Amino acid sequence: MVCLIRKSVWERKVVINAMLLKQGRAQFAANRAARTSVIVLLVIILLAIFGPWFSPNNGEDIDYDYIAAAPTLEQGHLFGTDSIGRDLFVRTLQGTRMSLFIGIVATLVSLLIGINYGAIAGYFGGRVDAVMMRIVDILYAMPFMFFVILLMVFFGRNLILIFVAIGAINWLDIARIVRGQTLSLRSREFVDSARVSGASHWQIIRRHIIPNLMGVVIVYVTLTIPQVILVESFLSFLGLGIQEPQASLGSLVSEGAQEMETYPWVLIFPALFLSILLFGFNLIGDGLRDVWDPKQRR
Amino acid sequence: MLVYILKRLLGIIPTLLIIITISYFLIRMAPGGPFDLDQTLPPEIQASLEAKYHFDKPLPVQFGYYIADLMRGDFGPSFQYNNYSVTELIMQGFPISLQLGLSAILLALIIGCGAGMVAAYRQNSRYDYILMSIAMLGISIPNFVMAPILILLLAVLLPVFPAGGWDDGSLMNQVLPVVALALPQIAYIARITRGSMLDVLRTGYIRTAFSKGLPTHIILLRHALKPALLPVVSYLGPAIAGIITGSVVIEQIFGIPGLGRYFVQGALNRDYTLVMGVVVFYGVLIVLLNLLVDLVYGLLDPQIRLGAQSSD
Amino acid sequence: MQRMRCFVNSFIILVASVLPVPGYAEDRLQVLHRGNGSEPQSLDPHKSEGVPSANIQRDLFEGLISEAANGDLEPGVAKSWTMSADGRVYTFKLRQDAKWSNGDLVTAYDFVYSWRRIVDPKTGSYYSQTLAPIKNAEAIIQGKARPDSLGVRALSSTVLKVTLKGPTPYFLGLLTHSSTYPVHRASLQKHGDRFTRPGNLVSNGAYQLSEWAVQSHILLERNPHYWNNAKTQIDRVYFHPVENISSELKRYRAGELDITENVPISQMGWIRENLREELRIAPYLGVYYLGYNLTRAPFKDNLKLRQALSMVINREVLTDKILKTGDLPAYSWVPPGVANYSSIEYDWKSQPFKQRVLEAQRLYQEAGYSKANPFTVELRYNTSENHKKIALVIAAMWKQHLGVKTRLYNEEWKVFLANRKAMKVTQVFRSGWIADYNDAYSFAELLHSQHGVNDMGYTSAEYDRLLAQSAMQLDQTKRRQILQQAERHLLNDYAFIPIYHYVSKHLVKPYVGGYEDNIMDHHYTRHLFIKPH
Repeated sequence: MVCLIRKSVWERKVVINAMLLKQGRAQFAANRAARTSVIVLLVIILLAIFGPWFSPNNGEDIDYDYIAAAPTLEQGHLFGTDSIGRDLFVRTLQGTRMSLFIGIVATLVSLLIGINYGAIAGYFGGRVDAVMMRIVDILYAMPFMFFVILLMVFFGRNLILIFVAIGAINWLDIARIVRGQTLSLRSREFVDSARVSGASHWQIIRRHIIPNLMGVVIVYVTLTIPQVILVESFLSFLGLGIQEPQASLGSLVSEGAQEMETYPWVLIFPALFLSILLFGFNLIGDGLRDVWDPKQRR
Repeated sequence: MLVYILKRLLGIIPTLLIIITISYFLIRMAPGGPFDLDQTLPPEIQASLEAKYHFDKPLPVQFGYYIADLMRGDFGPSFQYNNYSVTELIMQGFPISLQLGLSAILLALIIGCGAGMVAAYRQNSRYDYILMSIAMLGISIPNFVMAPILILLLAVLLPVFPAGGWDDGSLMNQVLPVVALALPQIAYIARITRGSMLDVLRTGYIRTAFSKGLPTHIILLRHALKPALLPVVSYLGPAIAGIITGSVVIEQIFGIPGLGRYFVQGALNRDYTLVMGVVVFYGVLIVLLNLLVDLVYGLLDPQIRLGAQSSD
Repeated sequence: MQRMRCFVNSFIILVASVLPVPGYAEDRLQVLHRGNGSEPQSLDPHKSEGVPSANIQRDLFEGLISEAANGDLEPGVAKSWTMSADGRVYTFKLRQDAKWSNGDLVTAYDFVYSWRRIVDPKTGSYYSQTLAPIKNAEAIIQGKARPDSLGVRALSSTVLKVTLKGPTPYFLGLLTHSSTYPVHRASLQKHGDRFTRPGNLVSNGAYQLSEWAVQSHILLERNPHYWNNAKTQIDRVYFHPVENISSELKRYRAGELDITENVPISQMGWIRENLREELRIAPYLGVYYLGYNLTRAPFKDNLKLRQALSMVINREVLTDKILKTGDLPAYSWVPPGVANYSSIEYDWKSQPFKQRVLEAQRLYQEAGYSKANPFTVELRYNTSENHKKIALVIAAMWKQHLGVKTRLYNEEWKVFLANRKAMKVTQVFRSGWIADYNDAYSFAELLHSQHGVNDMGYTSAEYDRLLAQSAMQLDQTKRRQILQQAERHLLNDYAFIPIYHYVSKHLVKPYVGGYEDNIMDHHYTRHLFIKPH
């Protein structure tokens, strides 16, 4: 049998303790960067959801008098218009919404697979664990991004396919982390006592193991969402991303990158939103990690 | 140790078989073929082309042919570039991609680790905030945006470097693509180094070293660096994968004749053999590099004995 | 700036003196760097397809007929020629001094060998159809006759007799096509598939192959044996494959390319402002259109709907305000500027746009649709910034004027082609047609019911009859009238929506001399030279 030498960064560092939660919340609130990020992200999310309602434009109609216009208050083109005269303010917000949506759903897909897979492997241990983790090892060596590109090239750009493809890459990480945590949880007293009182394996995994994994999972989620958003933007650059007239921040940015010298606003606004999202999620992830990392408690 | 390496090398074979099988059938399931053009070929010519490449046989038989050729190290002829074999194309492109990738990894390691160490040593200082903010920028700007900005600034408006091309890997041609490829990895590595360095700096023996009055740079480089590098080494696997996928975009933007550029082009042209060649080749590369990373990790971390039973 | 660059350069060379910086400050005198789109598929003129291959082959090889810088036909390997009275037999007299790059003479036998090779199905040539007008060619292509039955004979080493199956007024134009170039028999037989490699390739054009670094560059050098070598000025020409058009522009601006193959549409505004003098836009033999799938509902037997959708597209807004590329709004099938032809156009072209919309709305209602009961349609296009923009704008125009709901389908090229050919899921699809030779027939034939690229499934006995009639007509004027009659018939059937006629777009440095716009967009390096600068 081959041992898993490499452990993910988080696996090594994150140890959850429910007792720390309360204390952690206070500590997290004291982290200025993380706190600010939460507020900024909330503002952006609200803006993405409700913002388009306050604009006189709809992001689809062409304003023939304002084609590729710089930001102006007239006609409410706050961010200007794109190269075919659509309102960039609305498109950016719609793109933000789509990017968040893709990020969250794809992350959930990978959570769903990863948590169950990791928990089962870790809980049963022994031969089951060995086989399941060997499979993960094999999958780790797959040039996954290439498979995703092939899928998108051959089967068209389809939202569900994007979720599945991206989710399928990311579940490997979470499976490893969860397995590690479960291995240490399964020998704890509360698991033993549940077993003694006759709970089935499945019940134990669901009621006792998975709830105790939530700390790691939340850290993981905040760090995975930005990664997914980046992967989607990479696909968009290759012309394999989302289908028009829908937009994602990735598709807007890759379009803007072509025109940055001529119409800089077409790049700047979506890029700003993209950067803020990625920045924010990463900072929150860092903050949460500090909270749940006992080594860094002072 | 040797036994361990041998075992791992044997373990590569099933992995590769899976990669080959999945990609082969995935590619062949795609609509359209290499000879579908916007004009229609006369049926006789179409048939002659298909016979030449065994397309007239059932798919599993074709797969058999392919595997048999592969065993002999023959990746087959390229459909698109019909004057070249895929093996030739890979041999031409790979050294270039390798040079690009290695330079990027090295740059990322040197700058990333350096910045991470400084930030950790001066935790919560101005340096820390500035360095980490720059690192965050590297993470939050996609490289297909960064690359054109670099070209615009440093090749067009201020003509210091060439705007594209490879020119047999001359230094000037390498600078911009390597930087664009390394930037996101610099950022990740800096953040990881900072985190692990903070851990190490809090341990007893480092504190003792400080209290004994050893010079700072000696403590940092000789005592703290090695343990702090462990998480960085474990990150190298994903970093290599990231650089390989990144090079698909970077090679296209800079017009570099590497391997990654063939991939998307090949998939679009239904150049089955070329796409397969690139996937298989990168598959082998990723597996081997992961093995290498594990070995390095084993060397750095005294707590891990290679080949030991895993119990976590 | 140049001095700055030199300074920085030498500084860096000093710092890293171990590493050489080859070719960077090369003497640019009579060395030309051309952007060339993507990597050429092959340099074998009989086994390649696409513009990038043809661009290089035009410099490497020479056919019987060549072209002047302005696109006019001029003698190539053939010094002179005669046509029989019935237009079926051509006799070419070859130059005595035409030579291959290894010094061998180019003979009529080379052409016989090469043309048999193209039509032989075993060769698998993409362009065998170019020679279809020659007697027996089609039977050979279909495997029904032997290649040596092709109607081409060498009467001596310098006299070539070509027998056609019928009069073909555009035959000489066909002979400029790269697939009719001769190949060197001895080296082909010696090296097989590798005969196009540097060192193996023997060519008869103004240049010979010197280096081929795949995906990096192809370098051609002057062929000292070329009959017109004394008039050739450029010594070395580099072809750089640059698929990414934005990158190509940046490399042009950085002085690494002298001529670009393309111009990024998204930066057209900037280019018009800043590189006005270097932008070369010229009419090109192509039409951009939307095709209807006429074999299925909703467009089968629905002429009024097809007409309404065509009429409400404001082509001028599209080309002038959105694309800004100089493409010409299209109301006809055949583009302007085609030799011996003038196009028929829709008569509603001259109507004020508002009136056109009213008329279209009436037709739309007669077809059974209204605001309350809108027509829903699927519009397919293949992945490209340009196609995407056009599809979005057209969908917006349909929505604005008729209330049509459009679903856009963006497909990758091969998937798109497969769907178009199957004619099962397509409704409206984007398409374009670039002619291989400068004659109205090269457009007209596309909509023949038997043509392989007639993806609209258009069939009209009357149209087929008119085309057959034109093929037998030797008189230029009468032939033109028949083809015009056919075009009118075609337009009135609304089998497609013409959107615009293509223009070719290049950036050419002011110091490149001898460059002339032409409708074929063929720019032989031997016509060009570098002015002192």
